[in-house]
Amino acid sequence: MTIRLHAKGLTKTFTLHTQGGIVLPVFDNIDLTVSPGECVCLHGPSGAGKSTLLRSLYANYKPDEGQILVEHMGEPLDLLAAEPWEVVEIRRSTIGYVSQFLRVIPRIGARDVVAEPAIANGMPADEAVAKAQELLSRLRIPERLWSLAPATFSGGEQQRVNIARGFIVDYPVLLLDEPTASLDAANRATVVDLINEAKSRGGAIVGIFHDEEVREAVADRLFAIGNQPAAMAVPAAAVAEVCS
Amino acid sequence: MTTNAIRKLTPKPPLLEVSGLCKSYGGQIGCRDVSFAIRPGEVLGIVGESGSGKSTLLACLSGRLAPDAGTISYDMKDRGPVDILTLSEPERRRLARTDWGIVHQNPRDGLRLDVSAGGNIGERPMAIGARHYGNIRAEAQDWLQKVEIDLARTDHRPRTFSGGMQQRLQIARNLVTRPRLVFMDEPTGGLDVSVQARLLDLLRGLVRELGIAVIIVTHDLAVVRLLADRLMVMQRGRVIEQGLTDQVLDDPHHPYTQLLVSSVLQV
Repeated sequence: MTIRLHAKGLTKTFTLHTQGGIVLPVFDNIDLTVSPGECVCLHGPSGAGKSTLLRSLYANYKPDEGQILVEHMGEPLDLLAAEPWEVVEIRRSTIGYVSQFLRVIPRIGARDVVAEPAIANGMPADEAVAKAQELLSRLRIPERLWSLAPATFSGGEQQRVNIARGFIVDYPVLLLDEPTASLDAANRATVVDLINEAKSRGGAIVGIFHDEEVREAVADRLFAIGNQPAAMAVPAAAVAEVCS
Repeated sequence: MTTNAIRKLTPKPPLLEVSGLCKSYGGQIGCRDVSFAIRPGEVLGIVGESGSGKSTLLACLSGRLAPDAGTISYDMKDRGPVDILTLSEPERRRLARTDWGIVHQNPRDGLRLDVSAGGNIGERPMAIGARHYGNIRAEAQDWLQKVEIDLARTDHRPRTFSGGMQQRLQIARNLVTRPRLVFMDEPTGGLDVSVQARLLDLLRGLVRELGIAVIIVTHDLAVVRLLADRLMVMQRGRVIEQGLTDQVLDDPHHPYTQLLVSSVLQV
């Protein structure tokens, strides 16, 4: 069996120097492998470290120990040992990440926000814009909003723009942090379709899905996280502050 | 994927390579033992509070200040890597106005206030040999459009421009010769928030479109998040933390970086 993403011995603690040097252990010695076409759901109670693990897999957080091996252009690379410019390259073409909230770029319209990662990855601009429009239509963003900057959009609309942005490149590895959290049933179904399409073209997916229906529809297996008493004992507010 | 032979990507040769840079003012430390490399097309942010040494570092890098120790190697177009500290003054000036750009915090330091907007942009092309008036004017107007300045203002002096317009003109003046490396010192400092957003969006677009490498010094973390791939955090003249921008901002390890990030007010 081939493996697209392999996290080995990942350990992560936060040390809060501004709050008396409190050390918060989040997870310890995690091993996770994901194959092409497979969707793994991170599962555990709130505050267990699911988002922290997902962000670590994107090199947004830096684990203390371990390796994150990804297949980039057919070669295995360790994301944790990679130089910043290497991470930028790997993110451009190999690993996509859909966060819970859209980071709005001032003055840039929704269509261009969505098309941007595809253009950065070498797709001709007109093709990228056409694909952006197709995704925005599928996610029911009305055409009159496409040229507007998403800063004024509702929470659900911003999330759908964010999803379109995450799915415009056919990333071999895709990380999804609660992609359906504030969506209605019809848009949830569209996101399920997008995830299943990504799987069928061989994408390896790791996600957090609180919605049971969505989880049933996309996840091939659950990966339990948060069994450590130390991590469980951390007040959710402290973790939320660190993770925000 | 077999995981027994982990590879590294082949890096592009660095455009600028700095090693062991030190500068002090009498007993006062400016910057101490700074080493890093920047590759073509990379955007590097340098953050830190006032007095952390970031502007001193930028002044040394761009040849405006002589460091006490260290080397600054720049990959010159026709000569390959050269220690810029060994260049003669005319050579350094020529480099600074062709292959480099320097955007000052105060546009009045980077513009000629008594020369028209078009003339400000035309100066660099003329300095490297452009002579055809029509071509120079056309190129200047092309750049005025790129930085969203009304063409009706081509012959006006920048003295009559708003701060935001002056800053955009300064950027056009620097980018017209397609430099490979641009130094920016607080380019959005002193501007209104709405003017800042426009400038940032413009810079972001131009930097990506032209693939220029940028070293940007700022105390505004939102600016580096939007523009920089990589971040160096300075405190008391030293680089105390560096890495991928979003990693340093979202998962800061050094106590000072944590303080810096946690001090930003949420809007």
